[in-house]
Amino acid sequence: MLQIGGASFVKPLLNAWSWLFLALILVFFEVYAQTQTGNTFLFRLYSIQSITIAASQILLMALGLTLVVVAGHIDLSIAFSSGFAAVVMALVINFVGSDAGLVAFLLGVVAGLAAGAIVGVINGWLVSRLDVPSFIGTLGTYGIARGAALIVAGGAVVSIQNDAARTFGNGDVAGVPIPVIVALALALFCHYVLTYTRFGVHTYALGASRASVERAGVDVKRHLMILFVLSALTAAAGGLVYTGRFSAGAANAGEPVLLYAVAAVFIGGASLTGGQGTVTGTVIGSLIIAVIQFGLVFSGLPPYWQFIAVGLVIIVAVIVDQSRDRIAGGRS
Amino acid sequence: MTALLEVDGLNKRFGGNEAVKDVSFTVSPGECVVLAGDNGAGKSTVIKMISGVYTPTKGEVRFKGKRLTGSSPEAVRRAGIETIYQDLSLADNLDPGLNLYLGREKMKRVMGIPVLDRAGMRSDAAKVMKGLGIEVPDPKAAVRELSGGQRQAIAIARAIHWEAQLVIMDEPTAALGVPEQREVMALIERLKARNVGIILISHNLPDIFAAADRIIVLARGVVGGSRKPSETTDEEIVRLMMGAAA
Ligand SMILES: Nc1ncnc2c1ncn2[C@@H]1O[C@H](COP(=O)(O)OP(=O)(O)OP(=O)(O)O)[C@@H](O)[C@H]1O
Ligand SMILES: [Mg+2]
Repeated sequence: MLQIGGASFVKPLLNAWSWLFLALILVFFEVYAQTQTGNTFLFRLYSIQSITIAASQILLMALGLTLVVVAGHIDLSIAFSSGFAAVVMALVINFVGSDAGLVAFLLGVVAGLAAGAIVGVINGWLVSRLDVPSFIGTLGTYGIARGAALIVAGGAVVSIQNDAARTFGNGDVAGVPIPVIVALALALFCHYVLTYTRFGVHTYALGASRASVERAGVDVKRHLMILFVLSALTAAAGGLVYTGRFSAGAANAGEPVLLYAVAAVFIGGASLTGGQGTVTGTVIGSLIIAVIQFGLVFSGLPPYWQFIAVGLVIIVAVIVDQSRDRIAGGRS
Repeated sequence: MTALLEVDGLNKRFGGNEAVKDVSFTVSPGECVVLAGDNGAGKSTVIKMISGVYTPTKGEVRFKGKRLTGSSPEAVRRAGIETIYQDLSLADNLDPGLNLYLGREKMKRVMGIPVLDRAGMRSDAAKVMKGLGIEVPDPKAAVRELSGGQRQAIAIARAIHWEAQLVIMDEPTAALGVPEQREVMALIERLKARNVGIILISHNLPDIFAAADRIIVLARGVVGGSRKPSETTDEEIVRLMMGAAA
């Protein structure tokens, strides 16, 4: 229906649809809050902090994933690379002891990131060396990382007492929560990599035609390895933030976020077939989901509605994506 | 004129199947050699042995007098031989500039930070394409929005821009409509005018006669004959392709 006439007018609109959609739901919740309760929804620090913290949790898991999806792959294991990292961080902090607060925290961060990187290396090895389809390969490591996290944690949540970690998860700089700063810094880095570097161009090209990149002399195996390690590392960063926020490392820290992270990437304009998607899109996608989550809770609706709402948004995103392709003349 | 490329007694065996047997020919600068032959005659196998994709079972490839046999596709390309494959090796979702530079992207610095020079690559692409007589309507658009002939031109522009001395094309017109086939034939003429050597694989007799300085007919892996277009006929070429003795 959308391709009837005026395609040149509709196309930029479709590219900006996620911005529009974000604005729309913000207006919706604001109007709802004003008319129902007489309070503002958006214009208070608490709301903004809650939304941006929820969005940064999604974003951290979705950042590396965005690059993986642009390259035409998927990484499901992030659900547990994050939990594995969270648990390992907590264990290392407890092992080093609370006397050495900052040192224990920093060692915990390094160990957590290393734990996540191991999952990424296994993914990269499966996909690039053994040619295992990433959906299957990372579904396997999803299970492996989950088991490993539960085993090292002894099946329980690992509590910590560490001030540096607590500040890392709950502190703020001039009102901006530290988790949000971490997520934004990593988003900026991933945006730079994807849009301004050779590595980024090759990631897009990989999503369109692997042969084109291979024949251009790029080491595709190495490239895929880096992508999956990056994806595991940003997810691990999400796990570290979780450990800081709740002063506990939990194996399933990232599990409920996986669906939202995947959704954020596709709402942000990525395509299952690869070759498209942006970090800014994923940032917007994460914000859209966080606003829906917080907005529904704020409106007093049972929180279960968020699952239905996010599900609907994913479907709309895919439909919009397909109409965009039809207007662009389709992929050949 | 000394030969640019010498192919000397190439053999390729796949298991028990001898796909290419004792194939020899030369290409001079500015010369277009057409490899003709029926399906499965061994044409693609021969060019893959030149471009470094396959290692010959026997025989040798020399480029400007230097032995090339056994080099990687990378090394062959760096030596100055560009191969344009049937699927063109373009990344459909990128603009012509990025495709022109794929793998060797131009960088610049903004406040000390290295970033891609997209605008520079774009204008270089437009320049090279213009030199080929092709105007790209929107240089920012992904190449999937271009016609088959324009896409072919980008692949050829890549060869010219990186100063290839030999260009190998595997059925460049196979997937194109008639006007686009003409565009590509015109591009081949321009490459010849730049003194670039060309190996062209083709099934299409009019194309073969239009482009070739020499026609080498392969039949079941062996050279069935080598002819100048002015000294042969359609009928003879077809007969040679069918494997009749020269
Ligand atoms: N990688 C391979 N492994 C085994 N056999 C192969 C391989 N590549 C080619 N062959 C065989 O070698 C022979 C020559 O194939 P080739 O692709 O060179 O033919 P061609 O002349 O390019 O044909 P077409 O016109 O169909 O492209 C065929 O019998 C083919 O089956
Ligand atoms: Mg062939």
